[in-house]
Amino acid sequence: MTDNANTRVVVGMSGGVDSSVTALLLKEQGYDVVGIFMKNWDDTDEFGVCTATEDFDDVVRVCNQLDIPYYAVNFEKQYWDKVFTYFLDEYKAGRTPNPDVMCNKEIKFKAFLEHALSLGADYVATGHYAQVRKVGDRYEMLRGVDDNKDQTYFLNQLSSDVLAKVMFPLGHLPKKEVREIAKTHDLVTATKKDSTGICFIGERNFKEFLSEYLPAQPGRMKTMSGEDKGQHEGLMYYTIGQRQGLGIGGPGGPWFVVGKDLRKNELYVEPGYDNHYLYSDGLIATDVNWINEAPTRAVVCTAKFRYRQKDTQVTVVPLGDGRVEVIFDQSERAITPGQAVVFYQDDICLGGATIDEIYKNNQRLNYVG
Amino acid sequence: MEPIYLDHAATAPVHPDVIETMHVAMKDTFGNPSSVHHFGRKARKQLDEARRVAAVSIGANEKEITFTSGGTEADNLALIGVAYANKQKGNHIITTEIEHHAILHTAEYLEKQGFHVTYLPVNEQGQVSVADVEQALTDQTILVSIMMVNNETGMIQPIEEIGELLLTHQAYFHTDAVQAYGLLSLDVSKLGVDLLTTSAHKINGPKGIGFLYIKNGTRLEAIHYGGEQERKRRPGTENYPAILGFKKAIELVESEREKRSEAYISYKQLFVDTLKEHAIDFSINGSTNTVPAIVNISFPGTNVEALLMNFDLEGIAASSGSACTAGSVEPSHVLMAMYGEGNEKTTNSIRFSFGLANDQAQVKTAAETVAKIVARLNNK
Repeated sequence: MTDNANTRVVVGMSGGVDSSVTALLLKEQGYDVVGIFMKNWDDTDEFGVCTATEDFDDVVRVCNQLDIPYYAVNFEKQYWDKVFTYFLDEYKAGRTPNPDVMCNKEIKFKAFLEHALSLGADYVATGHYAQVRKVGDRYEMLRGVDDNKDQTYFLNQLSSDVLAKVMFPLGHLPKKEVREIAKTHDLVTATKKDSTGICFIGERNFKEFLSEYLPAQPGRMKTMSGEDKGQHEGLMYYTIGQRQGLGIGGPGGPWFVVGKDLRKNELYVEPGYDNHYLYSDGLIATDVNWINEAPTRAVVCTAKFRYRQKDTQVTVVPLGDGRVEVIFDQSERAITPGQAVVFYQDDICLGGATIDEIYKNNQRLNYVG
Repeated sequence: MEPIYLDHAATAPVHPDVIETMHVAMKDTFGNPSSVHHFGRKARKQLDEARRVAAVSIGANEKEITFTSGGTEADNLALIGVAYANKQKGNHIITTEIEHHAILHTAEYLEKQGFHVTYLPVNEQGQVSVADVEQALTDQTILVSIMMVNNETGMIQPIEEIGELLLTHQAYFHTDAVQAYGLLSLDVSKLGVDLLTTSAHKINGPKGIGFLYIKNGTRLEAIHYGGEQERKRRPGTENYPAILGFKKAIELVESEREKRSEAYISYKQLFVDTLKEHAIDFSINGSTNTVPAIVNISFPGTNVEALLMNFDLEGIAASSGSACTAGSVEPSHVLMAMYGEGNEKTTNSIRFSFGLANDQAQVKTAAETVAKIVARLNNK
């Protein structure tokens, strides 16, 4: 496939600047570019206004500027079944899910990819800050060159087979330059604000949103030694390491969430950012995905436990059944069940898993969840 | 390959003679038909002539023709205008589940204003039954609105029989004839309708113009306020060039109806035969009682989104149900009324509609392309 004009690339377009520039760059490289907007969530209000309509409108305008065909596909049902149901289930279980990881796995690089292939696409492209590298007949995923924007954390569940069909045209660019390109080409999305937070919640209040789907069960807030510190509004509203919204005053503060007990409906809090209860030195994660060959013995590599965190040295031990044990060289703060742990070898993203159990000195920290 | 346009029911290319007429109209006449001077009179004369042609085309009197901005406005005026003007006689309106959104959403608006609306079902062929209309009638019914030809399936509705039924009832009878006008020969007195909607752009006229036939004596309240134009039923300076273009389109379609009809019948046959030759799994939605220009086909095992995008990428323009917000396609409300919610035909059916832009070779090529795509989607 050296002839770009005969190579069809379907671009997942959100109406934002990143995917707009993605389409632009591919078009400039002479590919047969098709823009597709995914409608995954319906937030139509009482006046029939929906953010998807506004975003699609931007997709239409950009595609017309680039003179490429555009369509919209509806994945609301798949999104609800595969992403939102998981999202609610995790909160019900007292954990902190990562819907973006699930959306990439189940929607963007599965349902959407399949749809694109049914349109005769050779590749799908998105505006993610990540890179694909072909090594022999395998495909590796590398971090985006913009350290601050690298999105491989969210893409850890992809496989080499999927990456073979994927292009990330922004991976080698700093975000600043992407904005510049959009401005130079006068794209209507050039100055559009980046979306923040979870896509289906948008700018809305997170607590309010969640309470529409899950009943909040207020309970007691206690220190690890059992001292009552007041009421919590529902365990699902709190995540490990959280400082805001506890409403605990007095000496010794600030206070942090260090754990929860779902059965007793209790939230555990302790004072001080560096409180020892927040620290752990190992974890067990489930649903591990290795982008290329799965290791059969312990791997020494680096890992991230949350987005935009520096890597730390770890040893990953395969336990079978999709489970891995991750042992940290140095103890880590606020490891949170439900979040992804993602493994790297230098700039290569090896894969990732979902954090399940937290350990310190070979003892499981049951209070974390 | 040059793109092939099989979406004439959405809108049709403007006939060259219409373009010429409008060009001349804009160049030669600019006066306001309401003005008391030479320039105004010149426009008024042409306007009256156009109104006469429109009236004659449906067997009406020219005073019964109200030009509007198109089918949607005519439907709004018919429903809201009659409902408001007759609310002392009752508050019940009857329509069907398969109407165009210009009717359905207007009916929903009237429900919010306190009117009761009955939405009649259709059978599996997409046809309304006269008996259902009869059963739904009450002494509170003030308006019955039933489309003449369904825009998705092309199914012809029993308007004449319903008109006869309503002869002895106080309810006014409106029909949205947007998809029928031009293809079928219409006579309002034979049809027994009090109001009838048409639109120019479906018959190779310009966009932004249509008319509502309002039978003499029909109680109707205006929904716009302003000048004295259109007997105050539709104030606003007349869209003179568009009205003249509409007139030309009417004259053309009146003189060529037979010829066009025959061509479309042969296109439909050729299209379906070609699909059969390629052994594609498909079925036609609706019965044979359709207008020749529309055929609605279900392709089992596929879905509308993938079909339409693939067709477009291969240069075939068709459509399904109704295009919706954010471009994503909702299941067709018409096919849902026919087959029930959740039936796969509501999400795997495509409407192909023929027209002046087509010839035999195109229709053949289009059917072959469709067959190829459907086979590919089913073999994945």
